[in-house]
Amino acid sequence: MAEYKKSLVDTSRLVRDRTTKSRIVDFITRWEFIIFALIVFEVIVFSNLTPYFLDTFNLLNTTFNFSEKAILALPMIFIILCGDIDISVAAIIALSSFTMGFAAAHGAGTGTLIIVGLLSGLAAGLFNGVFVAILGMPSIAVTLATQSIFRGIPQAILEDQAYTHYPEGFGYFGQGYIGNSMLPFEFFLFLVLAVITGFVIHKTTYGRKLYAIGNSATASKFSGIPVRRIRMINFALTGLFAGIAAILLTSRIGSTRPNIALGYELEAITLVVLGGVSITGGKGNIFGVILAVFLLGYLKFGMALLNMSAKIMIITTGALLIVAVLIPEFISIRKKKNKLKKQKKDENTEEVA
Amino acid sequence: MKELLRKREFTLLVIIAFVLVLIVIRVPAFLEMENVLRIVNDTSILIMVSLGQLAIIVTGGIDLSVGSIIAFSGMAASMLNQYHPDISVFIVLLVGIGVGTGLGMFNALIIAFGKVPPIIATLGTLSVFRGFTFVLSKGQWVTAHEMTEKYMNLPHGHFLGLTNLIWFGIIVSLLMYGFMRYTRTGREVYAIGGNKTAALFVGVSEKKIQFVVYTLMGILAGLAGVMWTARFAAAVNETAIGFELQTVAACVLGGVSIAGGSGTVVGVVLGALFLGIITNALPVVKLSPFYQMGLQGVVVLGAMVVNSLSAKREEKRLLERRLD
Repeated sequence: MAEYKKSLVDTSRLVRDRTTKSRIVDFITRWEFIIFALIVFEVIVFSNLTPYFLDTFNLLNTTFNFSEKAILALPMIFIILCGDIDISVAAIIALSSFTMGFAAAHGAGTGTLIIVGLLSGLAAGLFNGVFVAILGMPSIAVTLATQSIFRGIPQAILEDQAYTHYPEGFGYFGQGYIGNSMLPFEFFLFLVLAVITGFVIHKTTYGRKLYAIGNSATASKFSGIPVRRIRMINFALTGLFAGIAAILLTSRIGSTRPNIALGYELEAITLVVLGGVSITGGKGNIFGVILAVFLLGYLKFGMALLNMSAKIMIITTGALLIVAVLIPEFISIRKKKNKLKKQKKDENTEEVA
Repeated sequence: MKELLRKREFTLLVIIAFVLVLIVIRVPAFLEMENVLRIVNDTSILIMVSLGQLAIIVTGGIDLSVGSIIAFSGMAASMLNQYHPDISVFIVLLVGIGVGTGLGMFNALIIAFGKVPPIIATLGTLSVFRGFTFVLSKGQWVTAHEMTEKYMNLPHGHFLGLTNLIWFGIIVSLLMYGFMRYTRTGREVYAIGGNKTAALFVGVSEKKIQFVVYTLMGILAGLAGVMWTARFAAAVNETAIGFELQTVAACVLGGVSIAGGSGTVVGVVLGALFLGIITNALPVVKLSPFYQMGLQGVVVLGAMVVNSLSAKREEKRLLERRLD
């Protein structure tokens, strides 16, 4: 019954996609342009308002504030392209950060900490994957539950305490720069990971399969795509990347509390959706997401320079997210209207003829 | 009898009874009337808001902004009470509900008419409404001595031996039961979530249904906002942060399908009560309250696994019956 229901829903989506195919193509080419234009606009406005905005050191240094979230957004593209969602990423950071703090408290060195952080992230991701990919449960419900499990573990053990002692060299990952340059290590790592992610999405069969699954999981399954395995890998990767983000964040702030990275999952999802990836899956690309990272990151930086309060930033982020989805909707409605008008005109002239 | 055994609500009831027995063995006083009423009182707000979430999830959507709606409407009502203590509390209550309704309607507009996916729209308004709560309050709190006695009595007052808050919970539950089961619109909510294509073909308006459920959520969250601030005698900017997840958890526990189309009022009320029992039992069985979060996750995940396995079994059973 469920299978039958699913196939019905999927067909309806396919039909819609076919009738609006040209619109989607138009929109993808247009969407990055809109974000890029917004970034240019943002730079012009802020550089006119404050002399500290267009400063290489400042622009590079403020990447500390968004690199970890940007890294979280990368594997989230995989997940959302497949029509899934992972709201446990921030909790995975908390868990990884906790295991690292625990290891550090028992005398582990920097190398061990990195391995511990990555492995616990990966394990948490695999845990999600088992329920979503293998047992076939809805990802939003599963990750909703696992996020309280993942964050519940550090909370139960740490209570109101914190780990604050980390080995000497550990601080580099979140605070250091590449060589003697002004380029933060965190940001450099994000760029490298973004290039790899982009390559996987757009230049490999794995990436093509993501789009196929997002458009119709049933059809993909019947055409021989290992849907289960791919969704499993997606969640495992997300866990791994959350582990990386946990290393960077823990290293940057030098402490672990149970409420570390609270709300990061929403910011990561915001970046992906703002970047033009459709939440229903199957549409989107990496460039939009990278542009969205800069748009949002520098918007916050500029507003902070102008002493705007955090509440204004919260409102702006939320409004931007909604508007980002509303604009293409309005464009498509107008296009449809124009098309209808044209059709009517054609019919009229035919009648006259 | 067999039908009854197969029902989700019955399974949940058995699990609740089992957990209660476990607790009572350790702490016999847990089931005393006073304590039971306290648990129900503690859970009433969760029940009200979860029932709103139920209607939304049945349509296949989700509302992540409820926590922020509660905070904003609660703050608005408390500030009205603070600056105009002479205004009747019933008007304050209506204003709180009205503000919540407005915010719910805003969600409804962008989802039904802007065609924004519910998860994105409410993720956005989660931030927007929370931000405006800070703007409205200018970062200040409204505390107990700034509220009138009557305002705080809204949930705390007694009527026929039960607190008003419990009565509100009961009334909302009964109304929602009637709405979802016996009204045309209520049935259309299930129709849209169960099979959208078929529902549209028989003339159900998706826009109308979406508008109704998100506005309904606004009404309930507005009521919850007033109750929340009056009950805890404080309107802070962080009111009900993360509450949206609890409401979804109550629905999932109650057997509501996240994909839409199924779920009952009784199930959700039981699901919410189950969460309430766990929260209240922790200190009684001498477990640190810091365990609550993890335990809640384990319970919800366990319930979902049971759900999905029994759904698969049911599917198999139906298939076998058809083959016979």
